[in-house]
Amino acid sequence: MDAHVTVHSEEHSHPTPGLYFRVALILFFLTAAEVAAFELARRPGSLQSVVGPVVVPILLVLSAVKFALVAMFYMHLKQDSKLFATLFVFPLMIAAVIIIALIILFAYWRMPH
Amino acid sequence: MSDAAAHAMHPPTSTGLDNRKVAIWAFIGSECLFFASLISTYLVYKGKSLVGPLPHEASQCMLHGQMQRCEGVFEVPLVTAGTAVLLFSSFFVVLALYGAQKGNRKMLLGWLSATVACGLFFVGMQVYEFTHFYHKGMGYGTNLFSSTFFTLTGFHGSHVTLGVIWLSTILFLAARGKLPPEKALNLELAALYWHFVDVVWIVIFPVVYLMR
Repeated sequence: MDAHVTVHSEEHSHPTPGLYFRVALILFFLTAAEVAAFELARRPGSLQSVVGPVVVPILLVLSAVKFALVAMFYMHLKQDSKLFATLFVFPLMIAAVIIIALIILFAYWRMPH
Repeated sequence: MSDAAAHAMHPPTSTGLDNRKVAIWAFIGSECLFFASLISTYLVYKGKSLVGPLPHEASQCMLHGQMQRCEGVFEVPLVTAGTAVLLFSSFFVVLALYGAQKGNRKMLLGWLSATVACGLFFVGMQVYEFTHFYHKGMGYGTNLFSSTFFTLTGFHGSHVTLGVIWLSTILFLAARGKLPPEKALNLELAALYWHFVDVVWIVIFPVVYLMR
């Protein structure tokens, strides 16, 4: 029973409002950074040549960080049972493989005319 | 914590976890695959439209029965505002859940109302955006971009709408005093769904609106 109780006490040791607020602030600034990267890559200027070629990787990384923050702290995957993380992360990995595979397939495969 | 108290809070299951929570996580996992297929479809057809309107660039498009030059349709500032509101709604719903678990009714009702308001704002933003696109000559079947865009963001919008209905129902019950701390899981399940809707938008926003 001790193990049973331990599982549940871990399951409920959720973060405090202070931590939720800090995560919200980080999410807000990361979103602002995404839009800033988009604008810098779009508008003619000295920074366009620097940001333009790397804007897609920048956006993907920022998006991945935001995704992870929400999943870990707001969805409580960091504190909750590992089973929940498995139920979420495993399909997520399959989803990522599907997206990458289809992009590659459609980039290199052409319909015969 | 005594055994009796532990069992009162958590029904004994083979996993030691509440079955409803396991079910919502399994559902969220399946939804990942659903949205992956829609995002893939959008990406593989990106840039392959033969006529406009296009997301960012000016193009030739059919408007009022004749070919005309039309500008890119996206309004990034508006969608950025919607994105920020949706992100903050995730913050608000965790505060509401915190209030529900601590038995703080004022906190629960206040933050849950704010979450519902944010959800309604986002849905309103999307309805405005779709209407605006339609008036710019972009219907569902206009080109590959419009079909894949409306399918992806439309399904996301319908998920947000369902989330708003779910959270509003819980808000109604909470206002009537039917969400005591021992029933906070009811809100936690809705909150997990709401966060999922948020993380899907975290992917859609840069992929659809910011990557040219």
